[in-house]
Amino acid sequence: MKSMTKVLSMMCAGLLMASVFAGCGGEKKAGDTIKVGADIDLTGGSASYGKSAQNGIKLAFDQVNAKGGVLGKKMELVVADNKSEAAEATNAMQKLVAQDKVVAVIGPNLSSAVIASTAVNTGAKVLVISPMGTNPNVTVDKDGKTKDFMFRACFIDPFQGTVMAAFAKDTLKAKKVAILIDNSSDYSKGLAQFFETAFVKGGGTIVAKESYLQKDTDFKATLTKIKATNPDMIYVPGYYQEVGMIVKQAREMGLTVPMAGGDGWDSAKLPEIAGKSALNKTFFSSLYSAEDKSELNKNFVAAYKKAYNETPDVFAALAYDSAMLIVNSIKTANSADSVKIKDALAKTAGFNGVAGSVTFDPQHNPVKSAFIIEYKDGAQAFNTKINP
Amino acid sequence: MDMGSFAQQFAQQLINGISLGSIYALIALGYTMIYGIIKLINFAHGDIYMLGAYMGFVATTMLGLSFVPALIFAMVAAGIAGIIIERVAYRPMRNAPRIAILITAIGVSFFLEYGMILIATPQPRTFPAVFEASVYNFYGLIVNSQQILILVISLVLMAGLTYIVNHTKVGKAMRAVSFDADAARLMGIDIDKIISMTFALGSSLAAAAGVLVGVYYNSIDPLMGMMPGLKAFIAAVLGGIGIIPGAMLGGVIMGIVEAMVSGFFSSTFRDAASFVILILILLYRPSGILGKNVKEKV
Repeated sequence: MKSMTKVLSMMCAGLLMASVFAGCGGEKKAGDTIKVGADIDLTGGSASYGKSAQNGIKLAFDQVNAKGGVLGKKMELVVADNKSEAAEATNAMQKLVAQDKVVAVIGPNLSSAVIASTAVNTGAKVLVISPMGTNPNVTVDKDGKTKDFMFRACFIDPFQGTVMAAFAKDTLKAKKVAILIDNSSDYSKGLAQFFETAFVKGGGTIVAKESYLQKDTDFKATLTKIKATNPDMIYVPGYYQEVGMIVKQAREMGLTVPMAGGDGWDSAKLPEIAGKSALNKTFFSSLYSAEDKSELNKNFVAAYKKAYNETPDVFAALAYDSAMLIVNSIKTANSADSVKIKDALAKTAGFNGVAGSVTFDPQHNPVKSAFIIEYKDGAQAFNTKINP
Repeated sequence: MDMGSFAQQFAQQLINGISLGSIYALIALGYTMIYGIIKLINFAHGDIYMLGAYMGFVATTMLGLSFVPALIFAMVAAGIAGIIIERVAYRPMRNAPRIAILITAIGVSFFLEYGMILIATPQPRTFPAVFEASVYNFYGLIVNSQQILILVISLVLMAGLTYIVNHTKVGKAMRAVSFDADAARLMGIDIDKIISMTFALGSSLAAAAGVLVGVYYNSIDPLMGMMPGLKAFIAAVLGGIGIIPGAMLGGVIMGIVEAMVSGFFSSTFRDAASFVILILILLYRPSGILGKNVKEKV
């Protein structure tokens, strides 16, 4: 055990020294470009996420370079494929910080991959911003201490509960809400808890709090109980399979009040299971909507369509925002030094991105806008953007 | 909660419970018939119910049949599957110890579940809406046309089964085999044929339940049979295993208890309640509600 620790500490020391040299080398070679790495999933199970992210980052840097770059230098993107695997993400990170000597890294998209590769970039003092790593442990360690060089561009899952509480109170004018929780999922419990806290704080009442388990099929008994409490809205932060049946059975029971949930509702299967008409008056929270009418987003969608001939998805939008956040921090820091960029990024406040405004909290989680999507006759329609 | 709304909620839960219970009853009938005739707890029975649901899915989507022909198709297909399973898996074990045949049943159950995952993928499938559900409102009580349909079809099938068992020659033979297989054989009854018939009947009832559930919840998956299979087993024990009216009664009681527990306590206690019933009945009345305490012959 002891020798193991010794080896580890020696490795750490070696890594630190390597990073010192790397830093020197970077300064010297800096020349006329600023290198930013992308540790993304171009092959493997989540390859479509990585492809979108690459498109988003590339578009961002092309736009910046077309306007003359930053601090008189062009942005240069170095892409490393992590094959959708945690171990490969670490290798890719190693390559980016040691070999390519990038000043910042965007990615990985998967939380597990971000957490696995944290030691590498932290050792090399290079900041990482994960576009879609939603797990709270991406930016904080087990003791709740913020990881200095780790950031994310998306909000953490439970934040959706807070957003939906605001929407329920302000837009739906709901006063009494029933919550139906998937008891077998931490995601669902987290959303429900944040929803309840925010909704009660805003003066609302939770009239019923019921739960179900994954793979349940009959919800009529529970819904009958909920119906007896006369709620103005039902919050069901679950996944589409059970949510579909819950919505269907609720409508059959004559429960016509609005129903809402989180991004677990975002599936083409949902209208099939619940039925298109039953889904009317249902809403869910999401990180991004291409239909958002802000000037910034309209320009982004148009440029993206022109470059890649498709509508940007949430991965493209958040990777684009990540790239722009880094560019913005380089400008504020007035330096291409990784540590200075990191300090500037941590102080980011009111940054305008295509997926809404971003302000980093002390845990490096962005306090940001969220989007409410409504189902209308089985199709998703952008309803509103909620700013923090 | 005032008295009126309590009564209304109670009545609504009763309706929910009866429609759920008639599904359990249909599955429990097969359990009880098979136990009655070869003293085997057929743990693959819940998976026959799943198989029936998939057959109904195939009939409505790929063959384009309407509801009633699809129901018959699924029942016939599952009946044949039941005969094959008995022939291949259980008949060679007829004289083996009962524990061996029970383990075989568990093996068949896994075979059906994971075989279906192999063929149809583990993803749940959406059962097509074969007819629109209309909702009736009686003084605040909500009844769905599909709930009525489940109840009616269950009653018709149970009546049919009772007729077959009590008033036909095959039924008489079944009762004879169940009572004393050796004596029945001496009377010239082809026991193998009768056992096959029993499996076919029991399996087709389970398949009917599968199709009804597919239509009602419009979602089916390869592991859908596990929980209802266990619940139906409890229902069969509750009513008195081997007794046909007992299975119907047990099924309906189970459905109502589950609805009441989720409605007035918490839905997370629902499954626990079912298994508590099993423990209580085994402790205090192992022969079931309708069962008579028969002394074992030595």
